[in-house]
This record gives sequence, C-alpha cells and structure tokens, in this order.
Amino acid sequence: MAEPKRTGEWPLFEVFIRGQHGLSHRHVGSLHAPDAEMAVKNARDVYTRRNEGVSIWVVEAQAIHASAPGDKEALYDPSNDKVYRHPTFFDVPDEVGHM
Amino acid sequence: MSAALFETLLRLGDNTLVLGHRVSEWCGKAPVLEEDIALANTALDLIGQTQMWLSYAAEVEGAGRSADDLAMLRDVWDFRNILMVERPNLDFGHTMMRQFLFDAYHRALLSGLAGSGDPRVAEIAAKAVKEATYHLDRSAETVIALGDGTEVSHAKMQTALDLLWPYTGEMFHSDEADAEMVAAGVIPDPEGLRPAWMDTVTATMAEATLTLPDSNFAHKGGRTGKQHTEHLGHMLTQMQWLQRAYPDATW
Repeated sequence: MAEPKRTGEWPLFEVFIRGQHGLSHRHVGSLHAPDAEMAVKNARDVYTRRNEGVSIWVVEAQAIHASAPGDKEALYDPSNDKVYRHPTFFDVPDEVGHM
Repeated sequence: MSAALFETLLRLGDNTLVLGHRVSEWCGKAPVLEEDIALANTALDLIGQTQMWLSYAAEVEGAGRSADDLAMLRDVWDFRNILMVERPNLDFGHTMMRQFLFDAYHRALLSGLAGSGDPRVAEIAAKAVKEATYHLDRSAETVIALGDGTEVSHAKMQTALDLLWPYTGEMFHSDEADAEMVAAGVIPDPEGLRPAWMDTVTATMAEATLTLPDSNFAHKGGRTGKQHTEHLGHMLTQMQWLQRAYPDATW
C-alpha cells in the first residue's frame, strides 16, 4: 500500500493513559500534534482534564500494525469452542474469595 | 485592613483574571482543536487562581465584598493588572508570545510567593506555581516551534515580540505598596525577579531564532490603575455584561 501523502496536517497520534498506579495503559483516543513531545502535552490537555491519569503514552498512529478485520474468522473463531481453555473447571475454595 | 496587602492581592488576581479572560476568548476558534482545549484549560487555571487571590483580597478588605463583586463590579480604574495582559489577542502567535512572556514572569513570581511570610499567600502560590510551570512549558515550546518555523510564522512571532516588549517592564515595577510588602516578607522584590525572567526569555528566544528588542522603554499605569489602555474597558463590557445587565443574577 502506498504511503498517504502528508497534506500539511499534523500526524495522528494514538493516546494511552494509565489511570492509576498498578493498572496498565489504556487506549483513550487520538489527536493531532506536530511531534511526540507536543502530542504528550496535547494528550495531557485533552484527556487528563478530569484527573484521569498518572502516565501518558503516545504513539504515531502509522506505527501501529493492526490485524485485518477481514481475517476475523480465521483469527478468532477457532477459539470459540475451546471451552477447556477457560479455568472454569476448578472448584475454588470459599476461603480464597473473589479471584 | 492592610491597604498594601489588598493592593497586592488585587494585582495578583487582576493579572490572572484579565489574562484568563483574554485566553478564554480563543475558546471555539483556536487554530486547531488540541490548542483550543489547551488554551481553555490555561484560561480556567488562571480564573481558578483569580478566585483564590480575589477571595483573599475581599477578606482583607473586609468591606463585605466577595471575589465575584471584585471581578464583576469594579470598573477600569479599579483594576490593577499590568497592561500587557489586557492587550487584545491579535493573532495566535501574539497570544502565545504574550502568554510566554507572562508565564516566565508568573512562575518566577509564584515560586517566590510560595515562600511568603503570609501563609495564605504561600498556600495559594504553592498551588498556582504547578499550573504556571506547565503553562510556561507549553507556551515556550510553542514560541520556539513558531519562531523557528516557517518564514511566515517566524515573522509573525518577531512582530509579536516587538509589539509586546515595551509592556514587559511593568512586571518589575514597584511602588510604596510593594516596598511595604517586601519589607514585611509577603512578596519578593519585583525587580529581583527580572534576572531569572531574562534568563528564561533569552534562552527561549535564542532557540526560537528571535531577536530581543534593544529597548528598555516600558509602558506603565496598569498595576497602579492610573492609566489602563482603551482595551480593558472594551473587555470588561463583555466580561461583566451579565452582572451589569442582571445584577445579582445567579445560576
């Protein structure tokens, strides 16, 4: 696939934010910025206004390689009927509580 | 009431109020969405600081006025902000240059105030300096990006710097009220903030490939209230319109 031409638009960045220590970064959205440093600042202003985060990752959207929606069946259907892959066949003692 | 403390608090609160309102004028029409939100955040930070400064000012005055009364019911001659912050936004470059020149001063000032002998002042400043640090980070980066950008952006930033430069000197002026507050350990000496400010400005302008104007001329009259520019009155007609048209309206 040919690279789309830069139109003078700033590149698109995907934004990942860690809500609190111990949790992993979650994708929260995307934004435009002239470079990565500015993207972090923009992410701070766009996505952490209501105290949502303690850490920000940004990555240029074009650096992300994604699975193709068209391959959905081949990729995901085979795991549909493998119930034994879920740990639902163990009796969890009451004392263990919520897992 | 301490007249000098009241005056000082008005100067602090009016700077953030007037600049906060100016910056808020970009809401909905900044060049890009991300800048729009960032500017609105900055404006809100400044209005939040205003709330703290003017609330304390109202208490110190002890005349039954509230922070809202001070913000919405005073006229031009009672405002104590420096002239630079009441200047119209003009273009985005001018707005960001003004923001940078103010932020560099504001951070130095608030850092000093965080060690104030007046615990309320110290408390407000300690909270506000974190916001000012981010504002400065952001405005400096934008000034560098635009100054060291295209021919057009460079020219616009140089014009903005030339226009704003004569308004920077007022930040470091002082009068008897300042002297009294300095002596009481409430505020740092305004002139003493200049070297740190100058260092920040010089370094940033060098990176932005912009030339500092070679002039010490300084417009004044804002922080004393003696002579505001014609722009402040126009701004207040917008900012205060609702309270003037519908006195005591609440929502």
